[in-house]
Amino acid sequence: MMNAHLLLTLPIAFPLAGVALCAMLWAKPGAQRIVSLIASFGLLLSSIALLAAVHDGTVLATQFGAWPAPFGISFVADMFSAAMVLITGLMAVAVGVYGLVGDAKAREQAFYHPLYQGLLLGVTGAFLTGDIFNLYVWFEVMLISSFGLLVLGGTRAQLDAGIKYVTLNLVATTLFLMAVAFTYGMTGTLNMADLSRVLPTLENQGLVTTVAILFLVAFGSKAAVFPLFFWLPAAYHTASAPVVAIFAALLTKVGVYAIIRSFTLLFDGDAGFTGPIIGAVAALTMVTGVLGAAAHFDIRRILSFHIISQIGYMLLGVAIATPLAIGGAILYVIHHIVVKANLFLIAGAIKAAGGSFELKEVGGLYRQLPFLSVLFLIPALSLAGLPPLSGFWSKFVVIKASLDAGHVVLAATGLVVGVLTLYSMLKIWNEAFWKAAPEGAEAALKSWRNDGATRVAMLVPIVTLAAITLTIGLFAEPFADYSMRAGEQLLEKSAYTDAVLGPRSLAEARP
Amino acid sequence: MNSLILRTTSRAVLPAALLFSVYVLLRGHNEPGGGFVGGLIAAAGIAVHALPRGRDALMALLRMSPKTIIGIGLVLGLAAGLPALLMAEPFLTHQWAFPGGVALSTTLVFDVGVYLAVVGSVLTFLSYYLEN
Amino acid sequence: MEPAFALAFGVMVAVAAYLVMSRNVLRIVLGLLVLSNAANLSILLAGRIGERTPPLVADGDTFIATSANPLPQALILTAIVISFSLVAFTVVLFESAHRRLGTLDTEAMREAEPRDDEPAQAAKRPKLVEEPA
Repeated sequence: MMNAHLLLTLPIAFPLAGVALCAMLWAKPGAQRIVSLIASFGLLLSSIALLAAVHDGTVLATQFGAWPAPFGISFVADMFSAAMVLITGLMAVAVGVYGLVGDAKAREQAFYHPLYQGLLLGVTGAFLTGDIFNLYVWFEVMLISSFGLLVLGGTRAQLDAGIKYVTLNLVATTLFLMAVAFTYGMTGTLNMADLSRVLPTLENQGLVTTVAILFLVAFGSKAAVFPLFFWLPAAYHTASAPVVAIFAALLTKVGVYAIIRSFTLLFDGDAGFTGPIIGAVAALTMVTGVLGAAAHFDIRRILSFHIISQIGYMLLGVAIATPLAIGGAILYVIHHIVVKANLFLIAGAIKAAGGSFELKEVGGLYRQLPFLSVLFLIPALSLAGLPPLSGFWSKFVVIKASLDAGHVVLAATGLVVGVLTLYSMLKIWNEAFWKAAPEGAEAALKSWRNDGATRVAMLVPIVTLAAITLTIGLFAEPFADYSMRAGEQLLEKSAYTDAVLGPRSLAEARP
Repeated sequence: MNSLILRTTSRAVLPAALLFSVYVLLRGHNEPGGGFVGGLIAAAGIAVHALPRGRDALMALLRMSPKTIIGIGLVLGLAAGLPALLMAEPFLTHQWAFPGGVALSTTLVFDVGVYLAVVGSVLTFLSYYLEN
Repeated sequence: MEPAFALAFGVMVAVAAYLVMSRNVLRIVLGLLVLSNAANLSILLAGRIGERTPPLVADGDTFIATSANPLPQALILTAIVISFSLVAFTVVLFESAHRRLGTLDTEAMREAEPRDDEPAQAAKRPKLVEEPA
């Protein structure tokens, strides 16, 4: 049995070692590949060990540098964060393998592996930290790596997208930093467990709510919610397939994680005010995302808008904030990361086999590649929420929770958006797979058939992720049970705060 | 940037800056200073050397890519934290040893790592500017 | 002192908002710089201003009773380092975007999201800067 220090350090140490060694080996792409894959596998294995240690409801905590909480920086793993780290490890390996082919040579020239590991480092750190300022630091680690990954190819479209992405995200993180400063000014502490005890005791609760909304704006920009999502559809479709897959899987979900964490642990005091705001944001996010997708014919742009629309369902859970709703949001995040990453991986495969991301320029893939077509249908129908796939159960729980709480409008919005999602997925199906192949599509198909290594490296991750989607769908019970217990653990804050600070309340000890 | 004044003075500035940066680095444990400030001083000295002479002179001086220096710095930073885990203590809990009265610690390893990471990242950006 | 600092913070955020909303990318960079400095100022304010004793433990003592709050300095130093690297990256990005796209006007940058009425914009637009082969 490993101790808590080791369990909490390893998921951060592996990607950090990956960044460091890949940077040292910057002139040797072959060695970088091996290091990067080992680091990703290490992340996956250490996250499995972490999940095994917390799945029964224990919360692990460690203080880096042995400075006692709340003065040092705490790292905490509860059921929610351990699940997020595990899914990050899974994505790291799946996208890492996928990224070995395609334009891998060109990417590796441009510092791909260190940035990829840096992104994983930032995401993992954000999931595990128990300190709000440290969360800001991990956000920035993630952000600067994502900047580099986005403009990796240096094309005109990427530079244009990069400007918008960088500007809007920098403004959002600076707002985050200001919100942290205000929190520190109000409470004199930055430790999230300590904040959870101190914030309700403050005299000026109006100020707490104001700061909560500032955090919501900052995290909401990261999560790409309405009306702060504009950086996402401006940027995602310009990046290469593995980059956009890992972005779609993880970046916005860190924002969602931060919203769930802060509005369950810190800012649950004024739910009567913040709940309806988050609910309205959730509904508008779902609707604008799905309508944006309907207007486009580039696969990556359609999928990018669907990220936004799906974020709305997760926020729906946060808005309702019953144990069932929070559990549903967690299940939704887990299902969504797998499905969304897989759709972008398949989009890359469509590009490789069909020659383009533009739906008007591809076609006939069902006749040529029936296996890939079935693989597309699994995540696509799951995204739309058809039974018995994973999307059905996560949508079912979230919508049931909103009906239970009497939010009929929100539930109806969720159902209608599900139907519209199906429309977009069928559009991709009809255009890319069903309609006759356009002139000149044979060249790409021929190279796809001749290049066995590319096929294997692309299809193995796609098949794996599709299998996970099917597993969550067909054997939903353990996943749903885990999410529900994770949700209850989030709302029952004492497990978290006790693990970090010990049972004695420091808030009581204060003058 | 190819000014005679900069080119001439940099001959004196570079060694002085490097020496001073090491002094600041070592002083950092008990007094103001440390790896970050030291690294910035060293990077500033190297920048003064490289600005009038161009990118090739920078690479000739470093003998390796600044990215490699970042990597070495990060490896040292990570390595400084790991011994604590072997002692079943939290990551980055610093370990001390006093062989023959000389204080050796993992904090120094960490600080050298910070020093190199700062030098490396400043010079990475500088090398992008010099490329033009 | 606090009201003066708070006022300065407000003015800096306003200036930054004005600059960031400009169409010129150079002003956007300046706006981001001012905004991050405003954030640093807000951290300084959050730590309270007033105590003049530096937080250094004198030789022989093991603790100090009153001193300035040392934590905001550590936070601000971290934030400065981060914003330094982000702004350095941003400048490099904007500079290469300027070279490749031939404009500083964000409205004229329509490479990633072309207007619907000009689908073949990349081919039609006069190239201000030659693409490298």
